[in-house]
Amino acid sequence: MTRTTPGLVLDGVTLTLGDGDETVTALDDVSLSVDPGELVAIVGPSGSGKSSLLAVAGALVAPTSGTVEVGGTALAGLSARRLTALRREHIGFVFQSGNLVPALTALDQLRLPLTFGKVSEPRDPATLLAEVGMDHRARRRPHQLSGGERQRVGIARALVTQPKLLLVDEPTAALDRQRSQEIVGLLAREAHEHGVAAVMVTHDHEVLHHCDRVLEMADGRLSQVDRSLS
Amino acid sequence: MFLAVRELAFARSRYVLMGGVVALIAILMVLLSGLSVGLVNDGVSGLKQLPVTSFAFQKDVSKDSAFSRSLVDPADAKTWRDVSGVEDAAPFGNTLVNAKTDRDVDIDLALFGVEPDSWLAPEATDGATLSGPDTVLLSSTAEEEGVRVGDTITIGQLGTTLTVGGFLEGQHTFGHVDIGYLALPTWQEIRAGVRPGEKVPDHVYDEVTAIAVRADSDADLTAAADSTGTTALTLDESFGASPGYTAETSTLQLIQGFLYAICALVVGAFFTVITIQRRQEIAVLRAMGASTRYLLRDTLMQSLILLVVSAGVGIGVGVAAGAAIASTPMPFALELTPIATATLTLIVLGMIGATVAVLRITRVDPLTALGGNR
Repeated sequence: MTRTTPGLVLDGVTLTLGDGDETVTALDDVSLSVDPGELVAIVGPSGSGKSSLLAVAGALVAPTSGTVEVGGTALAGLSARRLTALRREHIGFVFQSGNLVPALTALDQLRLPLTFGKVSEPRDPATLLAEVGMDHRARRRPHQLSGGERQRVGIARALVTQPKLLLVDEPTAALDRQRSQEIVGLLAREAHEHGVAAVMVTHDHEVLHHCDRVLEMADGRLSQVDRSLS
Repeated sequence: MFLAVRELAFARSRYVLMGGVVALIAILMVLLSGLSVGLVNDGVSGLKQLPVTSFAFQKDVSKDSAFSRSLVDPADAKTWRDVSGVEDAAPFGNTLVNAKTDRDVDIDLALFGVEPDSWLAPEATDGATLSGPDTVLLSSTAEEEGVRVGDTITIGQLGTTLTVGGFLEGQHTFGHVDIGYLALPTWQEIRAGVRPGEKVPDHVYDEVTAIAVRADSDADLTAAADSTGTTALTLDESFGASPGYTAETSTLQLIQGFLYAICALVVGAFFTVITIQRRQEIAVLRAMGASTRYLLRDTLMQSLILLVVSAGVGIGVGVAAGAAIASTPMPFALELTPIATATLTLIVLGMIGATVAVLRITRVDPLTALGGNR
C-alpha cells in the first residue's frame, strides 16, 4: 500500500435541485479528495453550494451524477439502511452552534452516538471530553454551557466513533474571534493527531490559516484558492 | 432507552403534567369500573348465582321486561326435561314486592319462587332450607339492612306473612333489591294477589314466570322452545330483562369508551407537540446515523414508561378511593378482571395515539440539520 485511502473522494459530482423548469445546479462537476489527517476549508458566498457539498459528502443526499467515496466505500447503490450505518460509523458531523441534545449532559452527548448501533472502535467518552478541555463541564447540559463550550462538546461528539471523515458546518458562526481561533485550532489538531479527513465549510476568513488547504465555492464550482490571499 | 429516560428526567415537569392527565383518567376508569360492576351485581347477582344456563319465557315476550311480564305453565318443565342435552328443568317465579318486618324495617324484595325440593332451591348459610310454605331465605345483604333470622315479613298490601328462615351466602340481588327465595305455591299466591284466607283460583297454580333450564352447551333449545311454545334466553341474555340493567350498563360503557378515546387523543396530541418541538434535534440525530427504528423505539419506550407509570399511579389512587366507596351502601365493587382490562386498554390506546404521533419522526429530513437548509 503506497498511499493511504483518502477519507473522502468526490469525482465529477453534480447535484441538481428542484424539478421541471425550476432546476438549480447546486454542485457543478465537483471533484475533491481529502486525505486522512487533512483539514480542508471551503469558503464561498451563501448559496454557492457549500452546504450541498456537505450533504453529498455526508451521505444525506445522493448526487445527480458523479461518484462519492467515504473511507474507500462508494456510496452509489447503497441502501438507506447502509447509508445510515455508514454515517454512524465513519462520518462525524459538527453543526452550527453545536446542535447538542438539550436533555443530555456533556458526557452523555458523547455517549449518545455509541447507543445508535455497533461502532467498531469507539473512543472513551470521558477521555475524549478531557482532550477537548471539557472534562470540568462533564455534568453540564447545553443550556449551562457557553457557545465555545457547546462547540467543543459538538466536536468531541463527532469524533467519539473515530470517523474517517469529519464534516464541519460553519463551526464559528456563533462565536467571537478568540473562541473561533480556539475552536478551529482544536479541529485542526484533532484532524492531524487522529488522522481524520476533515472538511469545514466557513464564512470566517480569519480561521483559514489553521487549514491545510482552502477551496472556494462559487455557483456550484470548486476552485483552489491562492494561499497568499487567505 | 438511553435518550428516553434522560429526556423524561430532563423535561419532567411537562411529562408529569401529561402523566397527571393519564393518571386522572385511570382513576376515573377504576371508579367507573367499580360502579359498573357494582350496578351489575345489584342488578343481576341473584341471577348469576343460579345454577341455570337458560330460561324459557312466554313466547314473544318483550325481552327487556321478560321477568315481569312472562307467564308460562309449570308443567312445561317436564317437556323441557325430556329435551336431549337438558340436564334438568324446573319452574321459576320472579316478582318484586314491598315488605316490612316486625322490627319496622322497610325492605323491597325480589321474590324468587322455586319448588322446595328442586335443584333450584337454595340453602342458607346456617343450613336452613325452604322447609315451610311461609319460609323465606334472604340475600345476605338484607341482614345488613337490619333483618334477622326469625323475623316476620309482611308483604305490602296483601298482608301475607313470611318468616325469615336464614340468609344466603353472598350477595343475591335482582333489579337493585334483595332476593327472597320462597316455596313456589306461596309465590304463586303472592303474585296473583291472593290475600291470606281468600279462596285461591285454580289457575294461580298453573302460572310461573319461566322454566329454568340447566343444559349442555350443545342442546338445541330453539327447537325445544318451539315445541313448548316458549322463548328461550340464555342466562346472560336474561340479564337484559332485569329492570334498568341495559340502560345502566350501556351508559357506563359509553362513558368508558369516551374515556379510552380521550386518553388516545390526549396522548397523541401531547406526543405530536413534543415531536414537532424536537424536529431539529431529531434531524441532527438522523444525520449522526441514528436509524428510524432507533428513534421510534426510543420515543415509544418513553410513551410506554409514561403511560405505565401514570396509569399505575392512577389505578393505585383509584383502588384506594374505590375501597372507601365500597364500604358505603353505594353499588360499588372492585374486581380485578375489569380493572386489569381497563388498564390494559388504556395503555394500548395511549400507545396507539403515541405511535400515530411519533410516526412523524420518519418524515424528518436529516438534511435540515445542516445550517444552510434551515
